Amino acid sequence: MGTSAGAATKMSIAKALNAGMRAALEADEKVVLMGEDVGKLGGVFRITESLQKDFGEERVVDTPLAESGILGAAVGLCLRGYRPVVEIQFDGFVYPAFDQIVSQVAKMHYRSLGRLTLPLVIRIPYGGGIGAVEHHSESNEAYFAHTAGLRVVSCATPEDAYWMVQQAIASDDPVVLYEPKRRYHERGEIEQAQSAPLGLHQAAVRVTGEDVTLLTYGPMVKVAMAAAQAAQMEHGPSVEVVDLRSLSPLDVPVVTESVRKTGRAIAVTEAQTFLGMGAELAATVQRECFYHLEAPVLRVGGYNIPYPPSRHEEVFLPDLDRILHAVDTVMSY
Amino acid sequence: MSDTEVASASGPPVATDEPPQVDVTDGGPDMVQFLDADGQRVSPSEVSEPYSSYLDDVTEDDLRAFYRDLVLVRRVDAEGFALQRQGELGLWPSLLGQEAAQVGAGRAMRPQDYAFPGYREHGVAWCKGVDPVNLLGMFRGVNHGGWDAAENHFHLYTIVIGNQMLHATGYAMGVTRDGAVGTGDPDRDTAVMAFTGDGGTAQGDYNEALVFAAVTQAPVVFFVQNNHWAISEPNDKQFTIGVYQRARGFGFPGVRVDGNDVLATYAVTRAALDRARLGQGPTLIEAFTYRMGAHTTSDDPTKYRIEAEVDLWRAKDPIDRLRAYLLAQELVDQAWLDDLGLEADELARRIRRSCQQMPDPEHSAMFEHVYAEPHPGVEREARELAEYLAGFEED
Repeated sequence: MGTSAGAATKMSIAKALNAGMRAALEADEKVVLMGEDVGKLGGVFRITESLQKDFGEERVVDTPLAESGILGAAVGLCLRGYRPVVEIQFDGFVYPAFDQIVSQVAKMHYRSLGRLTLPLVIRIPYGGGIGAVEHHSESNEAYFAHTAGLRVVSCATPEDAYWMVQQAIASDDPVVLYEPKRRYHERGEIEQAQSAPLGLHQAAVRVTGEDVTLLTYGPMVKVAMAAAQAAQMEHGPSVEVVDLRSLSPLDVPVVTESVRKTGRAIAVTEAQTFLGMGAELAATVQRECFYHLEAPVLRVGGYNIPYPPSRHEEVFLPDLDRILHAVDTVMSY
Repeated sequence: MSDTEVASASGPPVATDEPPQVDVTDGGPDMVQFLDADGQRVSPSEVSEPYSSYLDDVTEDDLRAFYRDLVLVRRVDAEGFALQRQGELGLWPSLLGQEAAQVGAGRAMRPQDYAFPGYREHGVAWCKGVDPVNLLGMFRGVNHGGWDAAENHFHLYTIVIGNQMLHATGYAMGVTRDGAVGTGDPDRDTAVMAFTGDGGTAQGDYNEALVFAAVTQAPVVFFVQNNHWAISEPNDKQFTIGVYQRARGFGFPGVRVDGNDVLATYAVTRAALDRARLGQGPTLIEAFTYRMGAHTTSDDPTKYRIEAEVDLWRAKDPIDRLRAYLLAQELVDQAWLDDLGLEADELARRIRRSCQQMPDPEHSAMFEHVYAEPHPGVEREARELAEYLAGFEED
């Protein structure tokens, strides 16, 4: 990328991911992008736009339409010394690859007693809010966060998109990168400094507050920040927003510090709440912050039904009002 | 022509060139064979001719080495079985009957060629230099794979059927990217072998691997040991035409070889590996063989197959036929065979002793290698377990 160090560039998440992958392709010839339609088309979301033109068909590979095949072949490429970056076209299409991811990708380093590493990145555009048809709006991160051997992260800003994709590629462990597809075209500043401002698995406090902590990630970060701002405008409770960024491992110290300060925590996810990240966060917060809690840990998330037809989205997906309602609830204890 | 159209319109397509397989021991006219069940050299045929040159440089020493491999591999397998029965191993998947298929394939590979096995490929492991003792750890429960895959060019056993076919294909795609095909340098050009069984051919991953290999012209050889039983399910529950015939639908050659004939398996595999190393793409080999034992030590084949079928295959034993050939050609004598028997006894003793002495791992080790880089969640639990266990020591 042609921007000199120190200068800030305004860029969308989509362009930032593209720029991050371009930097990785330039830095390491072993990096290979692969997926369905990632070549000439640049992916259905254009995240890999122009990369095949600039790096060639050997570096940016249009694969057959077979997700298990993509993941299994990527495992083999890793064993030959490559660093594949795999694009899953939509969240709901990752399941054909579930077996390879859970049985092979997650376990290879463990079962080989550390002799084999799989430096593999699985990019998944996820979440709803775009009026899509069935299987195109899911938040299935809990399946992979539940699986030992995988690292699971999600970006919420262009700057994180730019750096996290590069950090994921540099990791010697398999990383699942969840990309908030409804935020792809939202723009923000990127400081293309010499190094990333945060580690891949560090959480970030996006809004500082005193009364309630919202624990969130990905597409809900923006909604949570809006809720914090609305509460402030209405002279309501002071809301802190923690962008987890990493779902596995969790940045427990940052979560703990925030909730010990505020005494109240709400986990906000697009995903259905049952056995999801909110459940894990509630357990963690209660273990680490028990004597500081003023109220139960609540969850605001998708209802526990299959992702509904998109005309229901505005009610199914957590919005500012549902978050503020939960804030009021924890404040009333 | 009109007959064909009527046939295809009135029902599913039928492979008219495939003889009905009423006799499951009959590989049919397409099967490549050089040594028949009685150890007689088979007269050259149109089917075997393309492969015969691959035996031209096989010396008398090579023939004796093949026989030694077969005998020692069978002994490794017998010892694994016995160790399970004695409670030293939790499970053992026997390769009994499939020695020639595996040794023929394994000896056709060069050191740089990489093998991706299922979990019954003890004979391929042997050929790739894996110490048989190191195969035992996973069946004893002390590890999930105790050999160095990269050093041996023999990947860890893969238990989820078919997963490894894709790993082999991806590895082969990497070989092409590295420029390690078609250079003409015998030490550089590399091929990959993917092993599975007849049951594995039904898996999605198997079929996806064949698609990926075809469109990338990957230097990979798919080696299907058709041992006729996927636990309790015979071939007709897995496919309706020969495994080798399905290759054509993917766009590359398929060949059926007598998997109980080590010479034929060796020749056919060499040809396929050469093709791969030249950059001419994948080949599917169906090694027609038989699982003489149970699926694993946990299985009871008397529930689903008749002994008469096993007897038919016993008459086609891969070791008996090569011994008959070597004796008839006066390439070995009884003293040589006796010495080999003693070598096998010593190997078995070493395996048994090493297995019995294999230490249980420290429990703290179960937290190791979950990740290549530090992970606070794993570290936390490892610490908690250590503290918990230390609490008992103080009492």
